[in-house]
Amino acid sequence: MNLPPPFVSKESALTGIAASPGVAIGKAYLVDRSKIEFIYQNLISPPLVEEEVARFKGAVERARAQLEQIKVGVPEELAAHAYILDTHLLLLQDKLIYEAAIDLIRKERINAEWALRKAVDQAREKFARIKDEYIRSRIKDIEDVTERIIRNLVGSEQESLGSLTERVIIVARDLSPADTSQMRLDRVMGFITDMGSRTSHTAIMAKALEIPAVVGLEDCTRRIRTGDLIIVDGLAGHVIINPDDKALEFYYGRQRSFESYQAEIVRTAYLPAETIDGHRLAVMGNVELFEEVAAVIDHGGEGIGLYRTEFHYVSKRHLPTEEELFEDYRDMTQILAPRPVIIRTLDIGGDKFTSALDLAEEMNPALGLRAIRFCLKETEIFRTQLRAILRASAFGNVKIMFPMISGLQELLEAKKILKLVCRELDREGLPYNPNIEVGTMIEVPSAVAISDILAQEADFFSLGTNDLIQYSLAIDRVNERVAHMYEPLHPAVLRMIRTVVQAGHAAGIKVGLCGEMASDPVCAPILVGMGLDELSMTSLAIPRIKRLIRMASLSECRDYVQAILRCRTTVEVNEFVREVIVRRFSEDFDFLAAARAV
Amino acid sequence: MSSNNNLCTRELTIQNRLGLHARAAARLVELSRRFEAEMTVEKDGQSADAKSVVGLLSLECPIGTKVWIKAWGDDADQAVAAVAALIENRFGEE
Repeated sequence: MNLPPPFVSKESALTGIAASPGVAIGKAYLVDRSKIEFIYQNLISPPLVEEEVARFKGAVERARAQLEQIKVGVPEELAAHAYILDTHLLLLQDKLIYEAAIDLIRKERINAEWALRKAVDQAREKFARIKDEYIRSRIKDIEDVTERIIRNLVGSEQESLGSLTERVIIVARDLSPADTSQMRLDRVMGFITDMGSRTSHTAIMAKALEIPAVVGLEDCTRRIRTGDLIIVDGLAGHVIINPDDKALEFYYGRQRSFESYQAEIVRTAYLPAETIDGHRLAVMGNVELFEEVAAVIDHGGEGIGLYRTEFHYVSKRHLPTEEELFEDYRDMTQILAPRPVIIRTLDIGGDKFTSALDLAEEMNPALGLRAIRFCLKETEIFRTQLRAILRASAFGNVKIMFPMISGLQELLEAKKILKLVCRELDREGLPYNPNIEVGTMIEVPSAVAISDILAQEADFFSLGTNDLIQYSLAIDRVNERVAHMYEPLHPAVLRMIRTVVQAGHAAGIKVGLCGEMASDPVCAPILVGMGLDELSMTSLAIPRIKRLIRMASLSECRDYVQAILRCRTTVEVNEFVREVIVRRFSEDFDFLAAARAV
Repeated sequence: MSSNNNLCTRELTIQNRLGLHARAAARLVELSRRFEAEMTVEKDGQSADAKSVVGLLSLECPIGTKVWIKAWGDDADQAVAAVAALIENRFGEE
């Protein structure tokens, strides 16, 4: 399926997992483990260049003083090891690092941090070829020294990240929410990572921001240096390093045709998602940041089906206050009213990193203290969030959704706390919507099994298929070795979805789906046929999914589901999808088909 | 800038057990920096600046490696003699 792209020699093309569609062409920026962030700057005038050289020399001088200081403090019994510090002192002004960096500042007129990083990247390339493992590992010493210099450079100019002058493509091992929260995302043209899958944080983030991304490249951080020109083809999952003119021409063309395809789709996005036989679904957007709301509306989203609220907890060093949360929720509610906003309570834990809450490390975070379990334990944090959500409910159509409910007891406990918070607000005379809908996510297999019981206590269901698939197939979706077995169309998953829809409808409540599946065009006709009332997805996918639904009929989708539920393996399901569904909607799959043929 | 008219070269064999590792390279660089002359260490047609630890390490010279020391400049002779003494002295190891 993933043939190598045309026009490029093998060694300059990498293939990974297409995580977010689009084509980006630009300069690479390697985010390395040291986590020191700095920016690319072009120094236009010659005086600035010399100022930069002086700034660099100053930082090296400070590093020298720091190392001398450390050397003095080395206890006598370790004196024999002090030569490492001497080596570091020598490396500080090593020709191939120090002078190379100064040369780069002058010749390329770039800032000191960027020049130093580039010089080290060149040295790293040299060292990578060394056979002797001991000498090869000396690159670590060079990196330690460089890190010290860069800390000195950045330390004095904290505002540097905010003044990024050039847009870049981020190249990283992996990106956590904590990483991306520190980035100036408006300066990012694309993401590529060694690790990750279609459902990892980088992929979800990139899709939401409509930034092309390729993940699971395995060794892109070793092959690409800061400043390299690269092409990211997020449609086919290719990355081309230092492309020639022919490749550039081809990809600029591809970029244009994808953009015009997108534009066409967006033009019709406001039309409702109604099948030709008159069955209408609500298509909504998943968001993490307030800034993403506009994109949801622009793409024809009929509300927010999943507002992930973790950002406030991972982006700051302190826990958010009730006022901070309230203002955020209120603003979002007001902008969208009368459209609904489903706010999912804190889903911290698992793959989400938190800095304010110093959680103990767990062997199995996905099965550990997270989401509703965490909130029922840390009730103060939970109550603060519930107060903020309830207060926002006075300003529009807010719904509450609890994540990771695994049994009725948890749902009842959460609702009890919610009731207590309501009474608090009553006493304080603060307005809120007393009839606020309270739903639960269905993402743990046990919740599927008792969905008829849960339906008696919930106002709506929302299937969180990302976790549901992970938990029921026992597949860690970020583990590269098993990620390929993460199968949304596994017969077990399809049967669970049907069970939940039937249980919900029997109790007269609506059933939605907010996992990645909702945005997969291949799955859309199946989900329609299953009887889902609501699909919530990354904003970019909304126009495409709505268009597909408008082309389909409920009766044919029901037939597909009948046939698919008879399949015994994922292979059989996939075959049916390929032979029947893809063919039926070939017009809409053309672009992806073209992407795969490249 | 040192003048190029005085060139001095010499072939030597790395004799210390660990070869031209980090500590040895550091000593060589410290020594060669005391001279004005530009100096390179060559091995199998590859060349490294004798005043750069990074360069010397990337040459990869285990025990038994034959290297050419080349120096240009007024004090080229003294520089090569000093470096040769260091190498022949096994960098003071054992």
